[in-house]
Amino acid sequence: MSHLIIAPVLLPILTAILIMLPPVHSVPNRRRLVSIVSMALQFVLALVLLWQTQQQGLTFYALGDWQPPFGIILVADTLSVVLVCLTSFLALAAICYGSAGEDVRGSFFHPLFQFQVMGINGAFLTGDLFNLFVFFEVLLIASYGLLIHAGGKNKTKAAVHYVILNLTGSAVFLFSLAILYGSLGTLNIADMALRVASLPAEDLLLVQAGGSLLLIVFALKAAILPLQFWLPATYSAASPPVAALFAVMTKIGVYALLRVYTTIFGETAGPLSGLGMNWLWAFGLATILLGAIGVLGSQDFRKLVANLVIVSVGTLVCLVAMQNTAATAAVLYYTVHSTLVTGALFLLADLIATQRGKAGDRLVSGRRVAQPVLLGTLFFVAALSVAGLPPLSGFIGKLMILQSVVSTEQQLLLWSVVLLSSLMVLIGLARAGSTLFWRVSGSEAGGDKAAPLQIFAVSLLLVASPALVVFAGPLTELSVAAAVSLEDVQQAISIILPQAELSGGAK
Amino acid sequence: METLLACCIGFLTACGVFLMLRGRTFPVVVGLTMLSYAVNLFLFASGRLNLRGAAVLGMSEEYADPLPQALVLTAIVIGFAMTAYLVILAIRARADLGNDHVDGKLPEAEQRRKEAGL
Repeated sequence: MSHLIIAPVLLPILTAILIMLPPVHSVPNRRRLVSIVSMALQFVLALVLLWQTQQQGLTFYALGDWQPPFGIILVADTLSVVLVCLTSFLALAAICYGSAGEDVRGSFFHPLFQFQVMGINGAFLTGDLFNLFVFFEVLLIASYGLLIHAGGKNKTKAAVHYVILNLTGSAVFLFSLAILYGSLGTLNIADMALRVASLPAEDLLLVQAGGSLLLIVFALKAAILPLQFWLPATYSAASPPVAALFAVMTKIGVYALLRVYTTIFGETAGPLSGLGMNWLWAFGLATILLGAIGVLGSQDFRKLVANLVIVSVGTLVCLVAMQNTAATAAVLYYTVHSTLVTGALFLLADLIATQRGKAGDRLVSGRRVAQPVLLGTLFFVAALSVAGLPPLSGFIGKLMILQSVVSTEQQLLLWSVVLLSSLMVLIGLARAGSTLFWRVSGSEAGGDKAAPLQIFAVSLLLVASPALVVFAGPLTELSVAAAVSLEDVQQAISIILPQAELSGGAK
Repeated sequence: METLLACCIGFLTACGVFLMLRGRTFPVVVGLTMLSYAVNLFLFASGRLNLRGAAVLGMSEEYADPLPQALVLTAIVIGFAMTAYLVILAIRARADLGNDHVDGKLPEAEQRRKEAGL
């Protein structure tokens, strides 16, 4: 049994503890150094884990050597490990950006950041539904702390809404877990898939109720209509590196949807197969449109980027609802692309806002930015990529999405909604870009130039976009492999529970 | 016993939801607490209700499912910590925003009444 699987959970928590110890905590530069080095190490470890997963296929780690279905397991398959890589890369860039000065505006920035990364990695890797709840809480409580980092009225107001909503979400999550445990008698995801396949008819409605409650919880985390109203206020109030890391938080909701509704309520589930997917499809389409309208209507640039997050979530959810291999592969590719680019846009929004002085990131005419060429180029690259124009990664992502549709009816809906929303996003971004950079009042440029570390962080995230295009071949193969292994529920069960035999409902 | 417990959970949930829909932070916090009580009871009941059942094998005729007990314990600890955080946040919001409304500003009618009173 390889111990590498638990490293993405252990390393952040140990780093967080190390940063809080006096020799490191007393000097800001030491905190930064430890945090950045640890996050780079985590990225390398995640890559090694990905390589190992490629070699050995799905592997699991039984904590305390309690073999499944007893005890808690961490499962490393291609999908979860790619997302762990994504998280550590994004967090590395965000920490670099934060280390340029944002981190000393409040206390415990680096430890909280590490705790949040631990929660996110854990949520991706866990193979147990209750453990998923625990990791959700870990990442949420860290995010509550990070959200009010540096203080201010807006942050407090956004945090009150965010905390109350998420606490309600946790309560609903526990209700659904209790229903599922009461009827299935297990919380191990693979074991649950096994039990659902041979479910007695009298428990059917109970499990359906539990599964549907779970759908509501994940919809809240992923921010799907009608549970997305918290997102623009929260994300635009958070301090920039935190907002950049939050770009991956909605994707956890999408990942949880994909994991639970493919493995447990997938095609092996008999009568419960495809539970709630019709709802998800309809609300996903509505979310895309609403996000695109939000992009057009945003009064400031951060809100606009937050609405871009909603558009990307809506797109991902539609793909999840289609439940075919090509769509799942597109989910993975598009998740990586959209997370990195929206993360970069959140950081970029702060750079622009700082240099524009009093106008900030509001879309009104203001002072000239101090570095128009540099910031303009970065903005141009990010905008092209997020709108899905060639030659950047957004284009390939959109292509994969449009190609993954199978039925004509779905094609009609998805193509028109996605393409229409792309157009609206393009218009919104063009308006924002021309206002921010060209509608200037007064001739003198003011504000401090951006720190090299900040530019480095934004470039790091944006370089990923052309890199995703250059390596599109292998990455697409990786996405397809991840989708195939996710959908092969039978094989996952035979690895995790060797004694068990999947019966009924199987193909 | 089942009926009593079900009524208890239902009542707590109803109270919790009602209080959470109020406009002030304090009732919302109390509502969330009630909801988490309901959740804990419900989670506990998922291991089935039985009397005189020990969670350790061989200690009694019947044995109780130990897993829900562990889950409830985890849920209580997490819920407690989150509520404590929310209380602090609510106090902070009262100080930062000048009122205890969840939206950070009083509804207009109330605002007018307050100004008239001053």
